[in-house]
Amino acid sequence: MINKKVNNISEALKGIKNNMTLMLGGFGFSGIPENAIAELVTLGVSGLTCISNNAGVDDFGLLLQQKQIKKMVSSYVGENDEFGRQMLSGELEVELIPQGTLAERCRAAQAGFPAVYTPAGYGTEVAQGKETREFNGKMYVLEHAFKADFSFVKAWKGDEAGNLIFKGTARNFNPNMCGAAKITVAEVEELVSLGTLDPNQIHIPGIFVQRIFQGDTYEKRIEQRTVRVKD
Amino acid sequence: MLDKTGIAKRIAKEVQDGYYVNLGIGIPTLVANYVRNDIEVEFQSENGVLGMGPFPFEGEEDADVINAGKQTITTLPGASFFDSAMSFSMIRGQHVDLTILGAMEVAENGDIANWKIPGKMVKGMGGAMDLVASAENIIVAMMHTNKRGESKLLKRCSLPLTGVGCVKKIVTNMAVLEVTENGFKLLERAPDVSVETIKEATEGNLIIEGEIPKMHI
Repeated sequence: MINKKVNNISEALKGIKNNMTLMLGGFGFSGIPENAIAELVTLGVSGLTCISNNAGVDDFGLLLQQKQIKKMVSSYVGENDEFGRQMLSGELEVELIPQGTLAERCRAAQAGFPAVYTPAGYGTEVAQGKETREFNGKMYVLEHAFKADFSFVKAWKGDEAGNLIFKGTARNFNPNMCGAAKITVAEVEELVSLGTLDPNQIHIPGIFVQRIFQGDTYEKRIEQRTVRVKD
Repeated sequence: MLDKTGIAKRIAKEVQDGYYVNLGIGIPTLVANYVRNDIEVEFQSENGVLGMGPFPFEGEEDADVINAGKQTITTLPGASFFDSAMSFSMIRGQHVDLTILGAMEVAENGDIANWKIPGKMVKGMGGAMDLVASAENIIVAMMHTNKRGESKLLKRCSLPLTGVGCVKKIVTNMAVLEVTENGFKLLERAPDVSVETIKEATEGNLIIEGEIPKMHI
């Protein structure tokens, strides 16, 4: 077994520098690497390019508040007023891309494809300046694999070999970002002892993960609490 | 004229047995409430769940089980979770049978605009561009006119596009229309709406052939 376990959060984020490109898993608040984000805020690194589907809400997206982010690559940033302010004032560069394209550019990086053709965005401003090509009578846009220095993902359970299991819709972009950057740092709710996880149930094999640690706490906020009443 | 619920009820009639369906935010979400209960349909949410159920009972919410609108949901027996790339493989690969989404504008050539208004805060397209570029069967649910009373069914979209030539069918508070090579073909009208009213509210080319039946809701 090749041991991926690190002893603490500072070891997990060792090598993080200003102006790096980071991938961050999560959809809304679901499955975000809460502990890694908190540590990035503590470290105060700046000039970051962050690839993440969303950008948190005002009091949670602390990286934005502290102006540590130079550029965001996201598909939807609706719930964050500070984001809007920085975007309109030009302090923050924003590249909005289709959600499926974001996922596939991560997966392409993970899988060793330099680029992929997708129909998403053809004929729109998203395709401007990009190569297009016709296949079987339909038009496609060439989208390049991301290049990132670090990938921060969050899983439900993991082991020292770096194997990961996700839970519910907290899975989202996390598996696609594993192995898609030079270094993948996985944080888990529960780091279990080796041999506990059933190899049949592993979502991401440890080969895609360089560092793993158990997060101290998970707030797991709910953005839209919707319920029904019992009859 | 129909209200939002009426539009949802009419669209629900388009959902057939064995369909996998992706519902957008807003009116499309309501469609799930009116699908016949003698057919089997599975709802997909692009953040990574197939087999979505109703909202959870109070106290049973799970932060790890949400839909694309970030609302807490439940899953039904037979449901599955998956990652974002696989989710969009279902969409791009045309495994999802029907996509229902809202729009700001639709053009007579099937172009759709629903993600950006220049000069206003842009939230992003989310999965809308993937959905409209890929789905074989797209139904748009929207009001026929905007808040200023201007037509949303246009010759050409004025707003930045989400997708080109992709809309097949539109259900509004006034009518059911099909996008054809020659423009919007009027299929049905809302019970108390005249063909004349629909004509006035439609900027794009409107094709009227014979008697236009009333919608059954």
